[in-house]
Order: sequence, then C-alpha cells, then structure tokens
Amino acid sequence: MPASQTWLPVPIAISVNSTALLLSSVLKKKKMNKRILTGTHLFSGDEACAEGAIAAGCTLFAGYPITPATEISERLSWRLFEAGGIFVQGADELDSLTLVIGAVHAGAKAMTATSGNGICLMQECIGYAAMTEAPCVIVDVQRAGPGTGIATKTMQGDIYQVRYGSNADYAIIALAPDSCQEMFDLTVEAFNLAEMYRVPTFILADEIIAHLREKVVIPEEIELVSRKRPKLPPGEFIPFRTESDTDIPPMPAFGEGYRMPVSGFTHTETGSPSNSYEVQNSLVRRLWYKIEKNADKLTKIETLYLDDAEVVVLAYGSVARVAKSAVFRAREEGIKAGYLRLITLWPFPDQAIQDITKRKLRAIVVPEMNMGQVVREVTRAALGRTEITSLLKPGVELHRPQEIYDFIRRVMK
Amino acid sequence: MKKHPALQYFRFDRPGNLHLWCAGCGIPQVWYYTTKAMEELNLDMDKVVWVGGSGCTGRMCTYYAGDYLHTLHGRPLGFATGIKLANPELTVICHMGDGEASAIGGNHLIQTARRNVDLVAIVINNFNYSMTGGQFSPTTPVDAFTMTSQLGNIEYPFDLCQLVAACGAPYVARWTTFHVRQVINSIKKGIQKKGFAFIEVIAQCPTQYGRRNKIGNGVAMMKWFKANSIRKEKAKEMSKAELEGKFIIGESVDTEKAEFGASLRELIKKRASIG
Repeated sequence: MPASQTWLPVPIAISVNSTALLLSSVLKKKKMNKRILTGTHLFSGDEACAEGAIAAGCTLFAGYPITPATEISERLSWRLFEAGGIFVQGADELDSLTLVIGAVHAGAKAMTATSGNGICLMQECIGYAAMTEAPCVIVDVQRAGPGTGIATKTMQGDIYQVRYGSNADYAIIALAPDSCQEMFDLTVEAFNLAEMYRVPTFILADEIIAHLREKVVIPEEIELVSRKRPKLPPGEFIPFRTESDTDIPPMPAFGEGYRMPVSGFTHTETGSPSNSYEVQNSLVRRLWYKIEKNADKLTKIETLYLDDAEVVVLAYGSVARVAKSAVFRAREEGIKAGYLRLITLWPFPDQAIQDITKRKLRAIVVPEMNMGQVVREVTRAALGRTEITSLLKPGVELHRPQEIYDFIRRVMK
Repeated sequence: MKKHPALQYFRFDRPGNLHLWCAGCGIPQVWYYTTKAMEELNLDMDKVVWVGGSGCTGRMCTYYAGDYLHTLHGRPLGFATGIKLANPELTVICHMGDGEASAIGGNHLIQTARRNVDLVAIVINNFNYSMTGGQFSPTTPVDAFTMTSQLGNIEYPFDLCQLVAACGAPYVARWTTFHVRQVINSIKKGIQKKGFAFIEVIAQCPTQYGRRNKIGNGVAMMKWFKANSIRKEKAKEMSKAELEGKFIIGESVDTEKAEFGASLRELIKKRASIG
C-alpha cells in the first residue's frame, strides 16, 4: 500500500504542556505594534524565527553569515530596522555574540544566529554570558558535521555542545522546534525565558526546519516577559544578591545609576572578584540550580497515545515529524505505540521520562540524527526501568517513516 | 584633609590589596589620566561605562566606581560596540593591553576602527604580556628578551597607530606615560570625537619588560621614554636609521566621518518613514 495514502495524520487532540508560559505572574499580554506582521504567512523556518525575534521585542541582532542560518540575518537586515531595532553583520561569530552580550547589559533584548563551526566559535562567549547572567537568545540551526561537514544538510549534532561547550559548569536553556510555526513561537518563548532566568537561551533548530516553508500564524496578542528590575535605589541595591540558590538577581542596565560591576571573574554578591571557595561554591551552584532545579517548570513536551502505550517513540526537532507519522501508522496496524516529543532539551526533562517509565513499557525508541546524544540522557533519566533503543542516523538524511515504523515492529516482536 | 580628585572614581571594595599593579607600573597612571579627562570634561559618572578584558590592563575597569563590563581577553571592543549601540547616550571607554588589542583581539580592533563606532579605545603598550609573567606580544621590539623570547625576539612588531589609521579611524594618537598632559588631552578629545578614537600609550612594565631588558625601574623606563620620544612632525625629517628604537608620538589622524551607530539609526528612520 502506498505510504502516502495510509500515513495521513488523523485529527487528534494533542496535549502540549506549556507550564513554562504559565509560571510567572510577570507575564503580560502585549498588543502588537503595527510593525509586527500579524496574520497568516508562508514563511521558511528561518524567516519565522526572524519574525519571532521582532515580535519578542528584539532591539539588536548581530550575526555572521553561515549556512543554513543566514536567512535569519538576511531578513532581519531590513525587517529589524522597520521594527525600530538594529541589525549588525558581525565580523565573525565572536564579534556577533560579544555585541549581543554588551547590548543586553545596556538594556537591550538581543539575539544572534549561527550554525556548525559558528557555534564552536561562540563557546567562549556562551560561558561568559552564563557567568554574567546575560539574557540573550542564540539560534543554532544545526548542520551536518563535524568540522565544516556539509553546510546545506541537516544534523542534530550540537545537543551536547550548546549545553557543555564552554569551560566549567553552568546551565542554559535549549528549545527544539519541529515546525515553522514553532520557529516563531519558540523564538518568542526563548526571549521570555532568557529574560526570566537571565541565561543564554538556545533555539536548537536544524537545517530541515530552517529551510522548510509552512503556514505561520502571528497572533494579534502575544505574551512578553521583561527581566526583573531592582526594587531598591542605587546605593542600596546589591547587584548579585538573591534570596536562594534558585533565585535570579534583578538586572539594571548600564547608565541607570546603579554603577553595575559586571565581570566574568568569580564574583561576590556585590560584584567584586574573589578567589575564595565560598564565593565560587555559592555562585556556581546558583548558576546551575537556577535552571536545573527549575527543570519541571521549564519542561515543554508534546505527547500522543501515551495512556495505553507499550512502546514510546521519543523524538525532537525535524525527526519528530517523521516519528509521529510512524506512530500513526503503527496505531493503524494495531501496535500500541506512543509518542513523546521533547520541546525543551535543556534542562533535560528527566521527570517526563520518569513519568512514562512508571508504566510497563516494552521499550522507548529514540530516533535522532547523531551518534546518540539525547538517547544518553534518556537512558540516564529512565533509571534502568525500561529498555531504551536507539535509531541513529548521523545527519544529512532524515529518517524515513518506514524505518521508524519497521523499528517499532521489531521492538514489539 | 583634601581628598585626591581621582578617589571618587575608585571602587574601594576589594578585600586585601586595593589593586594588583606592581610598584612603578604605568597602567595606574593611565587609569588616573582617564579619570582626569572625565573630571575635566565634567562627565556624569553614571553615563560613562568602562570596558576591559584580561591582563594587567584589563583589570583597569574593575577599579572604576561606575558601570563596568569586565569582558573576555581580546574582545572588549565587541562588547563595547554592543553597549554603545544599545544606548548611544553612554560614553564607552575601553582599555586594552598590547597583546589583547593586537594579537587575540586583532580582528575586533580593525573591524571596530573600520566601522567607526563611537568609542574611546586606549591601548596601553608595555611591549609584553605582563600578567602571565612577561611573554612577547605583537608589539615587542625585535631582539627584546621576554619569558618566551629568551633568545631574543625574532618577530617584527606592529605599529598599532599605522594599523588603526589604515582602517579609517578618525582619531589616532600615540603618547607615553611620560606625556601626562598630552595623554589627558587626547582622551578628552577622544571622548568628544563622534567616532572611533584610538590612543596608544606606551607604558613601563618594570617588573617584566624593564627588568629582563635591563632598562631599570619605573622611573628609569619613563626617562627612557622621554629620551627616545620623537614628535611625528620632527620624525618626518629623520632617516629610517635615525628613527631606530625611537617612539614616534603625536596625533596622527584627526578627522570627521559618519559614525556607525548614527548611520544605523538613520536606517531606522528611513524604514520607519516607508512603513
């Protein structure tokens, strides 16, 4: 039977867990200004991402041309000026991210976009952004690698790099879109989360999503978050004082009279450099815990047919689209297959994995386009309760629905 | 007792030592010259941001009582550009060492000069990487001794002022720490200049460079600067051989051209009127 006839997705209720958007009282619905292209469009993923940045109130974008992220720069090079922001073509990825971090400390909302070798070059600045708690958005449109790889082909190879690429320990947030609409929605959300948590926040897209063209709806109203501001006046405000190790310090901008001491050095709550164990201990723990201990609040997942599932296909990004179609086919053939899509990749949604392993499963199948990055996290989070099987393709070619379907059948035999 | 006028700019929050510079170092002199320029221009400290990177010079901003961004080695100009673009009301002053500005940060330096971002970039050139123990940098003279050129330096040094001038910066000047008034005036001019102002200050590092090259302590090194500094007007009449080992000082560029941030804001106006 031709695949195209049997695999049409059937209309079904999809539950999207969006606690991240509900968690804060600081959320305000903002009426879009006329510079935002509300309505229905046919956009590529990159274009949707650019429009998401504008809708989120991005006032500075700096990026260096690199396939397949270049279209984000190209669109913002004229659209951002229309929206009252500034586009700068960086001299390289280092230049781009340093501009972004400088701008956010001066009060801007800022973003950069890159891929492949570019995300490697940004690693030094990513650690610096984490250390200085700079709320910035970094779009990584993953491409085939390692090294230069294949610029125009896809891969999901940077999962660990965005999390662990810079020196020493810090935490970040990463979201993985699976459609052009999500390129828009998650870019807005990335700005909100970056502002809320004062942390570099990543969009982990891949070449397929970036170059796909789909319907994108830009709503009339959108929820925007701005960073917490100091309640105390200059002189009384302690720059990095927090109430607990999961708390985020308020953030004034340069030029507001707070005389902010911002440094990549290990620093005390007053901002002065320190060599002491106590200062390092409390700072590094807070940089880690403010994200990792809030993982449940940050978790966004999409689920299908989990209630009676005997096998669960766990996927993210472009592969999730294929995985979903394979799950539909399996259901049609009477196999009790479930579907779990990770939208939040970092902090890793351990709880979501533990929830599904509480039930009796034959296996969790993890198809991904790398040599096994997310499957390693799934294995860790599953605590040995269930069998985890990996279906790997190291980039360039997306999984075919048939491949995942056959794999499900093999697991269920 | 009357307080020293520079003290209002100093951040007294370090446990232990007030600062880390050695006795006789030229860097704190330039720290003072910068605050003196700010004081003479009557600038509001709340609107002046200092940006620095790593190394002995990179630490300068961390002793400044106003807003500062203490950044990555070699990259203060990128961060400073971001700050200036986000808030054009701010005066942004960057201090960099010679290694930071011309080796690891060479691209940031030439690109920022080419774009003509409205910043003041002060490079303190003490001919070596001091913080790490005195290794040769791209400005170390040929044959000089450092911890990584113990047989004598074989690399040709950069002329930073010529480099930045070639990139199109509208203000370029070189002085030494001996030229107190000239440095202060140049920093003042740089702050007032709508564009990229580059000031190289040749400074003494008695602990590393002076000692290894047998020039002497801080005072001896400043005397060395005084004896070997040649005004650029006079240098034009001298031969290459006569200029060997001399420091050519003075303002080499002082012009006007469109500034990066202003040009970007023009684009906003242009697009806004169409939309």
